[in-house]
Amino acid sequence: MKKLKAPAELIELRERILSQRDQDKLCIVTSVGTCGLACGAGEVAEAIQHEVQKNGLQKRVDIRTTGCHGFCEIEPVVVIYPERILYQHVTPDDVPEIIAESTIKRKVVGRLLYTDLTTGKKIIHEQDIPFFSKQKRLLLDTNRLIDPHKIEDYIAIGGYSALTKALLEMKPEQIIEEIKKSGLRGRGGGGFPTGRKWESCRNAPAPDGIRYVICNADEGDPGAYMDRSLLEGNPHSVIEGMIVGAYAIGSHYGYVYVRHEYPFAVKNLNIALEQAREYGLLGKNILGSDFDFDIKISRGGGAFICGESTALMASLEGKIGEPRPKHVHTVVSGLYGKPTNLNNVETWANVPLMINRGAKWYSQIGTEGSKGTKIFSLVGKINNTGLVEVPMGIMLREIIYKIGGGIPGSKKFKAVQTGGPSGGCIPESLLDTPVDFDRLAKVGSMMGSGGMIVMDETTCMVDVAKYFTKFLTEESCGKCVPCREGLDRMLDILTDITEGRGKEEDIELLKELGEIIDETSLCALGGTAPNPVLSTIRYFADEYQAHIKDKHCPAGVCKELINFTINEEKCTGCVLCAKVCPQEAISGEKKKPHKIDQEKCIKCGLCRDNCRFEAVIVT
Amino acid sequence: MKNDCEKVEAIVGKYGSSRDSLISILQDIQFEYHYLPEEALRLVARLLDLPPIQVYGVATFFKAFSLEPKGEHIVSVCLGTACHVRNTPAILDEIKRELGIKPGDTTEDMQFSLETVNCLGACALGPVIVIDGKYYGEMSAGKVKKVLRRLKEK
Amino acid sequence: MIKLTIDGISTRASKGTTVLEAAREMGIIIPTLCYDPGLSSYGACRVCIIEVVKGDRSSLEASCALPVTEGQVIITNSEKVKKARKMIVELLIASCPNSKTLQDMASNIGINKIRFKIKDKKCILCGLCVRYCKEQMQSGGIGFVGRGTSREVATAFGVTPEECRNCGGCEWICPVCEQACSAGNLIDGLCGGCLNLTPVETCSVCTKCSESVGAKGHKVY
Repeated sequence: MKKLKAPAELIELRERILSQRDQDKLCIVTSVGTCGLACGAGEVAEAIQHEVQKNGLQKRVDIRTTGCHGFCEIEPVVVIYPERILYQHVTPDDVPEIIAESTIKRKVVGRLLYTDLTTGKKIIHEQDIPFFSKQKRLLLDTNRLIDPHKIEDYIAIGGYSALTKALLEMKPEQIIEEIKKSGLRGRGGGGFPTGRKWESCRNAPAPDGIRYVICNADEGDPGAYMDRSLLEGNPHSVIEGMIVGAYAIGSHYGYVYVRHEYPFAVKNLNIALEQAREYGLLGKNILGSDFDFDIKISRGGGAFICGESTALMASLEGKIGEPRPKHVHTVVSGLYGKPTNLNNVETWANVPLMINRGAKWYSQIGTEGSKGTKIFSLVGKINNTGLVEVPMGIMLREIIYKIGGGIPGSKKFKAVQTGGPSGGCIPESLLDTPVDFDRLAKVGSMMGSGGMIVMDETTCMVDVAKYFTKFLTEESCGKCVPCREGLDRMLDILTDITEGRGKEEDIELLKELGEIIDETSLCALGGTAPNPVLSTIRYFADEYQAHIKDKHCPAGVCKELINFTINEEKCTGCVLCAKVCPQEAISGEKKKPHKIDQEKCIKCGLCRDNCRFEAVIVT
Repeated sequence: MKNDCEKVEAIVGKYGSSRDSLISILQDIQFEYHYLPEEALRLVARLLDLPPIQVYGVATFFKAFSLEPKGEHIVSVCLGTACHVRNTPAILDEIKRELGIKPGDTTEDMQFSLETVNCLGACALGPVIVIDGKYYGEMSAGKVKKVLRRLKEK
Repeated sequence: MIKLTIDGISTRASKGTTVLEAAREMGIIIPTLCYDPGLSSYGACRVCIIEVVKGDRSSLEASCALPVTEGQVIITNSEKVKKARKMIVELLIASCPNSKTLQDMASNIGINKIRFKIKDKKCILCGLCVRYCKEQMQSGGIGFVGRGTSREVATAFGVTPEECRNCGGCEWICPVCEQACSAGNLIDGLCGGCLNLTPVETCSVCTKCSESVGAKGHKVY
């Protein structure tokens, strides 16, 4: 790789790469993001490599591995280009047939095609699958086109042209004006206007000229993995965004703080940074200009609180992740006391897109207060689990039913949780709420980083409140009293309620605690911690009452409040449940109805999971 | 012991003996020894000219670090919300029963260590557990029992 | 000089002063626990919260860590402040009931009952001892260990640190064990204001850090 000494050289390089590529050549693409690898995509990719070599097809067929395409439910996924024929749930055993049919015969392997849930029809082309076609995939779509280990792929699709435009044609103040005009707001959860943040950082006094830009890739919300997918699948979009931002702000040092649990993201980011440096897109005299900038990766140590900006900066300085009050904003005094601009991964990834297409184009997408698209991780009790990118303002109902395909097993929708542990649960009656920063906040939740967890009738909302509160008590840094002690006491009360010791006055006490923890906590972790509890009390008060008054869990989840019994009419006496019961609590002769000894039963649910006749009832 | 001192010195040196890199230094030591030995932490404190309590405070704050030696097999259970609504608590209970330990502990024969993780980012496969870096998706109490029994037999 | 209003009264303070200090200059005493004028402010206990009014909205902030700014409007004793402070002290007593300082504070602000289960940690994690050791004695023998509800003040690896100067300053500055009440007759978590000043047996957060104290425990100040 030769260092590019001028923007013209990048343009030449791009043309050269494109001229060496044949758009019509057969290409077999396997998606190998973490979710794909977790279900065997690695073995599938290896099998494809092996099969192509075995048949001597290297000259006729290109092979590419990419990051996550977003439809995690059907992984491992293999797509045949140029037709974009999509195969789902591929195993290494399917590979010889795929190679034979696609390469030699140019035919489709019918049994591996995606089947539409509503029509029952098979769909051949990736772009026709409703999950994809109903999204607006400005950012995520690129993942299928590039191998994150090859910077040339990114350059070929126009990568680093935003950087060229920024360095050549725009002044830093102009770039900031564009970002402001676009209406881009932070995608990490805070939703702060990005342009204003950059401007404040640029204008903050820096006597020694040192300013920092940071990419927050701590993504701690359980159930959210959008940033992981972007970093693994398209790290250059984030790098390019950071270089443009650093140029606009006047910074020469950048950090990407990646959470400990994302080793592949760190690996791919490292490779991308190395390749960018080799081409002179990072380091001294970027693209021959007089702008220097480089990026270091810092790994988190497994602490949710380090997603909070001041705790993140403390961690970068080698200290424990203790937040500090933001009376002086981090854009004025942040990392090492210098002006620091921190943005989320998705925010940075939006920058090249916005610079290339312009603020006017960008601001036409979305709503008045929330511009552009947002990536959500649609998970939980949903048919089409995966990452969805939609324009701001789309209704929750459309995401869950049209894109998500509704609830599996024809169970009833109960709630959708957004915003992670800082957010709230939204009930069925509010499904026609448009997804945008202000309107989600109005219904007692928030956009957050993008986690969207769907719950059905078998989810206990009191248990959900307890789950989030427990998570936060373990992740609290422990500095301030309301968060450390207050959340612990909220957890005590919720545990009592779920174990049958709830009292009438508990609801009022939870509300009072929640209000004061919100108002007096030092940082936003404590400040938003009561949201899951308060929103479930607001919308699911009847479930709380059932637990407290009737000592009953309507959803059948809270162990102390449920009973497992066997429906004698459905039981065939197959003895399977008795065999799997760890407490030997089930008795019965072969071919005769069985019975569960309630004294011995520990409510583990193994009998219900193993019964093939749905004879185990939970009440 | 001298070998270990040299290893730790090399790690600290790799980061320019800089205090800011304390967390990265501890991560490298954790990777090398699978836990943070007391002698290593005291040496790091000396090399960085920090009171031992500051290094100890960082080592005990972050979940990535362990001050106790880990077992042969590390079993990590994902406690993310998506996995939780698909009934992870029942799976965790089964693992606790099968191994006789609770999260954070190691079995007496040093064969298994049990950990919990707040979301691995593989939500489509939930409930997910990871054993020795290998992902097991769509787990249930029954399935996990089989997997653990197979490992125990080895 | 910066002009601000505290409890309706205009006052002036120099840049860098905290609202707590500015209020004290005026004779307004805001209760504190983790604050000491000789040490850096920490802002952890939240007892010193006051209301900052901005237009028709207000927020509660810890006054010991809030710098004065031009035009600030501060209320130190509104209903909102009192209600929040009551809950903070209630939470503290629930985790450290045998402290005369906390019990006196509870009487002063009118707490009638502790509604939470008593889980005696014998420490409020205010960090005064940690800051004293680090800033005043330049030692760094004790510090915070762990996080969340498992956070505690301890020594590295649980043994007497070499850095310890045996100054006893950590015990002296502690606001809860300093004048410890060991009545053991708490009703609903409250002691009812007895005059028992029997010192506690040993400081439970430290491991033999100071031999000057002896077997019986703290001196009573």
